[in-house]
Amino acid sequence: MSSRRTVSESIQMYVPGTKMYRTMAARRARIGTLFILPFIIGFIFFMVRPLILSMQMSFNQINIKGFTMKWVGISNYEYALKVDTEFNERLVTEIGRMAVNVIATLVMSFVIAVILNQKFKGRILCRIIFFLPVILSSGVLPGIESSNEFYNMMTDINNSVQNASGVNISAALQNLLSVSGVASGVFDVIFQMINAIYDIVMASGIQIIIFLSGLQSISPSLYEAADVEGCSGWESFWKITFPMVSPLLLVNCIYSIIDFFMKNDNQVIEHINNVTYGMNAMAADIGVASAMSWIYFGVALAFVGISTLIITLAVKSYD
Amino acid sequence: MTKERTTQNHFWERNRRSGGYLLKRRSKQIAISVIRAVLMFGLCFMIIQPLITRFARSLMEEKDLYDSTVVLLPRHATLVNYKYVADLTGFPGTMITTLWISLVVSVCQVVAATLASYGFARFDFPLKKFWFACVVMLIIIPPQTISPALYMTFAQFDFFGIITAIRGGPINLRSNILPYLMMCLTCMGLKNGLFIYMLRQYFKSIPVSLEEAAYVDGCGTFHTFIQIMLPDAMPIIASCFLFSFVWQWTDLFYARNFLTGYQTYAVRMSTMASAMGKYFSASETTQVIVDPHRTMQLISIAVLICCVPLIILYCFTQRTFVESLAMTGSKE
Repeated sequence: MSSRRTVSESIQMYVPGTKMYRTMAARRARIGTLFILPFIIGFIFFMVRPLILSMQMSFNQINIKGFTMKWVGISNYEYALKVDTEFNERLVTEIGRMAVNVIATLVMSFVIAVILNQKFKGRILCRIIFFLPVILSSGVLPGIESSNEFYNMMTDINNSVQNASGVNISAALQNLLSVSGVASGVFDVIFQMINAIYDIVMASGIQIIIFLSGLQSISPSLYEAADVEGCSGWESFWKITFPMVSPLLLVNCIYSIIDFFMKNDNQVIEHINNVTYGMNAMAADIGVASAMSWIYFGVALAFVGISTLIITLAVKSYD
Repeated sequence: MTKERTTQNHFWERNRRSGGYLLKRRSKQIAISVIRAVLMFGLCFMIIQPLITRFARSLMEEKDLYDSTVVLLPRHATLVNYKYVADLTGFPGTMITTLWISLVVSVCQVVAATLASYGFARFDFPLKKFWFACVVMLIIIPPQTISPALYMTFAQFDFFGIITAIRGGPINLRSNILPYLMMCLTCMGLKNGLFIYMLRQYFKSIPVSLEEAAYVDGCGTFHTFIQIMLPDAMPIIASCFLFSFVWQWTDLFYARNFLTGYQTYAVRMSTMASAMGKYFSASETTQVIVDPHRTMQLISIAVLICCVPLIILYCFTQRTFVESLAMTGSKE
């Protein structure tokens, strides 16, 4: 199937009358191309073209009235990074949140998948509930309550009231532990995770499914053999389960990063939208908005690249 | 009673003979299952709890919201909040609009994705690797990157100057569903890359010999596809459809960019807070400031109404959902 063809042979497959055209391979190739033709057309028109246009727009000043462009070089990027007061800050905050959340999501979904793969009473019900977030955390739903302007105005008051009246267990614990002075930086990260646990569980529906499918594809005879050889459950977890599932770590990691970067309640995206449509007392500037999107996309891509590199180096593939 | 005692004695007898190993193992098992039960219950409760709270709070009158002794059970139960939310979101109308848009869009998406994924799974053609890399790119590129450009493309839609030649100028397609359907039919809809990827994984797992047999029996390529491959792939196609439907149902991004002519539920929900001031004021011209607790309550109700159809759908289809997904993921 995968014999290498020369360029001219490949072209000949599509040209009637040539020698290659009449071969079986050429026929299949033409049908295959026909199947993905919609995708090719769509990709060129609705992805490549807007991408180029958006790249172009990020280097131009755009007048929204007549869609006229004026070349301004990299000044849009400079504006986004140096002048705009919020963009930098939001970007850095989101990256920090992402790093913590992605790692937590991976660990969490793996643990949950391992548990859901065991046999116990109520397993089906647990599965149903754990995949509910796939539905409940999509689209507009996760951010809607926090992106409410009126609510945002009042959050400070709300928080102060809550601190005065209610007892916040994790905050109290955090105070206690930070007083004792043990590695406060580490504790900060851990408490950040604990406070975000709802978001993490809500974001890990698909990841659980992927891990679970990996777990189910492991042959039970492996565990049987390990058991006969005197492996404890803990050992066979690290020697069998983990290595067998680890290739999926990469898939899940990439998925989590992208999912996080594209979420609706993401502050950077909110900011870009505000700049695009001129909401929240922001002047509408499509040029700057495009520049911001490209910076954001670049950062996302860099993170996907780095994590791919780390995981492929750290995890051996057992294919 | 005596039987129980004998089994108990038997257990201790066995334990003694095994040198304490049996007791250790049994207690370990019990400990693990207790920890597991606590963990599972806690996490499940965390997922369910917001729904319960929302429902409970949705029945409260305004004064209950400020009563700190009222937590879950409303003291002054009322259903009038639902009426407010229905008015604010244009309930039956917007829901129906959302329903048909979601249906049409997900059908288009799934058809396009099925065709493309079958092409990727079974045929060998020039530049196949390159195009598949494009599918992966499609998953990775955030649609926000191209949204301003798409906005401009559709605001001044012109297909190679053909439309200008006919009508004398570009047309604005932003308020029409057509451009979005066009995108869906060409695999560029909401998370379409993911569907292609999932379906391709599944098609690859179907034995090639099935098709070869059909081909030997004189079945053409398209015939094979429709008669043999499609029925086999129905579960995964169904779950792609469900995903697509659910995501479209709650989508705000595409709805705000391309479907400005249609009032979908998600869009109305997102603008609900600002519409409230006018709605609750006595006259047409003035606005009252609705306090945040009240606003939050009404938005929660809207979220609840939005979720209910999805949850019902999910309860009926979760088997297909989970099982078909479990079939694809691992194979690569």
